[in-house]
Amino acid sequence: MSLAVALGEGGGPPPAASRPTRTRGHRPLLLPGLAYLALFFVAPVAVLLATSLYVPVPGGDVGQYQPALHGQNYVDALAKFWPQLVRSFGFALMATLAALAIGYPMAYAIAVRARGRRLLQGLLLVLVVAPFFTSFILRTIAWKQILADDSFVVAALHWLHLLPPGGRLTATPFAVVCGLTYNFLPFMVLPIYASLERLDPRMLEAGADLYASPFTTFRTVTLPLSMPGVVGGTLLTFIPASGDYVNSSLLGNNTNTSMIGQVIDARFFKVLDYPTAAALSVVLMVAILVLVGSYVRRSGTEELL
Amino acid sequence: MSTVVEPVRAAAAPRPRPARQGPRRGQRWRLGEALVPVIAGLAFLYLLVPVAYTVAFSFNDAGKSNLVWRGFTLDAWRNPCGAPQVCEAFAHSLQVGVASTVIATALGTLLAIALVRFRFRGRPLVNLLVFLPMSTPEVVLGAALLAQFLSLRVQLGFTTVVIAHVMFCISFVVVTVKARVASLDPALEEAAADLYATPWHAFWRVTFPLLLPGIAAAALLAFSLSFDDFIITNFNSGAFTTFPKFVYVSAARGIPPQANVISSFMFVLALLLVVAFQVVSSVRAGRRQRG
Amino acid sequence: MTTTVPARHTTTPAPAGAALEVAGVTKRFGAFVAVDDLTLTVPSGSFFALLGPSGCGKTTTLRMVAGLEQPTVGSISIGGRDVTGARAHQRPVNTVFQSYALFPHLTVAENVGFGLRRRRVADVAARVAEGLDLVELGHLADRRPALLSGGQQQRVALARALVNRPALLLLDEPLGALDLKLRRQMQLELKRIQTEVGLTFVHVTHDQEEAMTMADTVAVMNKGQIEQMGAPAELYEHPRTAFVANFLGRSNLVPGTVVERLDGDLLGVDVGGVRVRVPAARAVRAEGAVLVGARPEKMRLLAEGEEPAATENAVGPGTVVDVSFTGVSTQYEVRVPGLGTFGVFAQNLSGRAGAAPGDQVRLAWAVDFTFGLDGRDDAAEGVADLDLEP
Repeated sequence: MSLAVALGEGGGPPPAASRPTRTRGHRPLLLPGLAYLALFFVAPVAVLLATSLYVPVPGGDVGQYQPALHGQNYVDALAKFWPQLVRSFGFALMATLAALAIGYPMAYAIAVRARGRRLLQGLLLVLVVAPFFTSFILRTIAWKQILADDSFVVAALHWLHLLPPGGRLTATPFAVVCGLTYNFLPFMVLPIYASLERLDPRMLEAGADLYASPFTTFRTVTLPLSMPGVVGGTLLTFIPASGDYVNSSLLGNNTNTSMIGQVIDARFFKVLDYPTAAALSVVLMVAILVLVGSYVRRSGTEELL
Repeated sequence: MSTVVEPVRAAAAPRPRPARQGPRRGQRWRLGEALVPVIAGLAFLYLLVPVAYTVAFSFNDAGKSNLVWRGFTLDAWRNPCGAPQVCEAFAHSLQVGVASTVIATALGTLLAIALVRFRFRGRPLVNLLVFLPMSTPEVVLGAALLAQFLSLRVQLGFTTVVIAHVMFCISFVVVTVKARVASLDPALEEAAADLYATPWHAFWRVTFPLLLPGIAAAALLAFSLSFDDFIITNFNSGAFTTFPKFVYVSAARGIPPQANVISSFMFVLALLLVVAFQVVSSVRAGRRQRG
Repeated sequence: MTTTVPARHTTTPAPAGAALEVAGVTKRFGAFVAVDDLTLTVPSGSFFALLGPSGCGKTTTLRMVAGLEQPTVGSISIGGRDVTGARAHQRPVNTVFQSYALFPHLTVAENVGFGLRRRRVADVAARVAEGLDLVELGHLADRRPALLSGGQQQRVALARALVNRPALLLLDEPLGALDLKLRRQMQLELKRIQTEVGLTFVHVTHDQEEAMTMADTVAVMNKGQIEQMGAPAELYEHPRTAFVANFLGRSNLVPGTVVERLDGDLLGVDVGGVRVRVPAARAVRAEGAVLVGARPEKMRLLAEGEEPAATENAVGPGTVVDVSFTGVSTQYEVRVPGLGTFGVFAQNLSGRAGAAPGDQVRLAWAVDFTFGLDGRDDAAEGVADLDLEP
């Protein structure tokens, strides 16, 4: 039972009889988890929604608000911060695409090329997951050093004329996207790996038998069959990336790289402007739900859920 | 004439070893086939460079800020709690991690079993509810919980952090365990019932042992998510420090090499644990093959 | 044979080899009716087979007897006691599953002893050893199931069920995954064990040869209902519906009309202008539209110029369209204009083919082997259809 099997993959397609069979006795199983989620997810989101409509207590201190239904908060918040919102989605999209470009070959190498060599597969999976266990903040800061003005990497890029003299990497959008890609790469690799691992190698042989070149086989057989993994991976990358602010605060600057997460954090803790922060959070959440919903439906992998 | 009907899955027979991919004719590597290992190799390098950097700088003879390499020393390793708050933050992270893992794994496993094995009204809704925390950015989750804690005037600290961590870990546990439950033949539980096992007995003697690898993987995932979490923790901890929070805050002043030491230690420990697990299960699988 | 009564078992086990009574059982899954008002009795100590194509409801029936499904309507009794409301773990019934369902994390011995331990039976080890000896797997007691061959796994599944001395043993197509030779062997084994131990076996299968070889009584199921039930020979020689005639072996069926009643209790039936005689005792209907049937192995090709005997029916001439030599026999397909294509199985007595494709031949068979079915039946029902095969 390797890590792969432990993750539920391997062992062939699920049995046809894994249709749910029982209709009684589910309540004790559901209740604890559901109660917890109701209490600590549904309720807080409701409170967030409510807070986003509050107004400042007239004549009160900073940070004091009273219940209201002031929908104007949303308009104000969006008017002020829409560049950060758009930028967040833009960065997240770029990072997701980059992670896909890097992560798919990795997953393919582990699942398909290393198939049959379980020790190697296990080792490679560990290497993908292991960076998890160092603090991601430290890793991000490591990137800051690696991309610093006086670092080897920047010097090499200057020398190769890929970077104009005086150009820098840190405190640029490029660095932020780099950081985002890096931090969420394992989230992209693992679902794609899981999908590819299930792939029956005989399908690839069938492709070759039917006169397809390796690339055509990949395009028409492997890629479509690994779609659930790709969808899962892109979701697990895009969603957290759009709300991230650690990368942008450590690797970016304050002018053209700030993301919506930073704004929300600042609004909450520095300016104590709870309604605006809550409104922005709700907007972010709704935007993501809409995007995810239409994306999942388009790619036809609802059973992902 | 009789017809042969294959069962849907071959009955627990070991999978035949599939043919290896790779160049077939001699050593002639075609471009396409070399491309994947090359990109993958570069990608792994990309993944591990910052980790190597972090480990390397734990040996740095740094002053206040561990930014420039000054010299090799084992000082930080010999005195890992030397910098103020480092060990305290680390201990807090471990405590939070263990607590959240236990609770989230228990709740999530029960949910996963219910979702796969039972048919009930509202199943799609429950699926959605479980999926939502995963699809909400951490900022929103953190902010929402903070809003609730503030309005209830709850003191921020260890408890609120654990509550927050369990909340976002449950979804991951459910997804992981669900995959494992779905791959479990329901005929096994039916066989147990057929052999006089009450539902309780059937669960403990048959279902649970077979789910254990999935539950273990889910627990591991939950722990690593909890240990490395920053954003939600930052929103909900008040004055209570965890390791990631400590690192972030000291980034401005200068991160002490002890932080690198702890990170490297966790990395090596995790690596050893997972590698050991892999080796043990490979050996066991090999032994089973040879019979 | 004594059955140890375990202290904590909720129901006293019925004496080994109990009778099974299914009374008016219907099972609906939403709008789909899987089992339709089924009634049958399996006598104690007999080997009973439920035979039918996939989707006919036989597995659902078995699962209801085992307690894994609840009937929508109707009741089930084992050994005279109503068990309809009892859950699976409370019934004195054990099942050998189609996929064997051996617990992968337990050894063979632990698998076999599972039921005994749940019932707190004394001296589990001895009973397990006994059970494994019965299936000749004592030497594999400490193996994990994943390392066993299909045949061995099947025997472990059997031992695991048998060792509990259940009142009723249910077998859900247990031989499907085995290759031909092994399957034959296991069929004989199962029959031997059943006679030796004296339990009541209920065997569900889609393989009609298997059912006929092993069972004392066969019930042919189709679309949730029993079409005909009886001893294998009875079903084979006296089918009462087209489905049974086609499903068990092969039948040549031609539509016709009863025109007269003849001496010797025979019916005169007109099929496409030819007069054939059908014994009234072997006809479902004595008037109107009927389907006349005869099995291919009962028919013979008339040699050049040969006349049929007085006790035979004859049709033809027809054209031989296919000749298949199977070693034991030669199978001919003969197309007779106006009647259809007949199959003829000729036993290989001479080592030579009797006819070649394209030959014009006449066919004859003994009147006593003719049977008559209701003309309203679909003559093609029960014939294997490639579009419907799983």
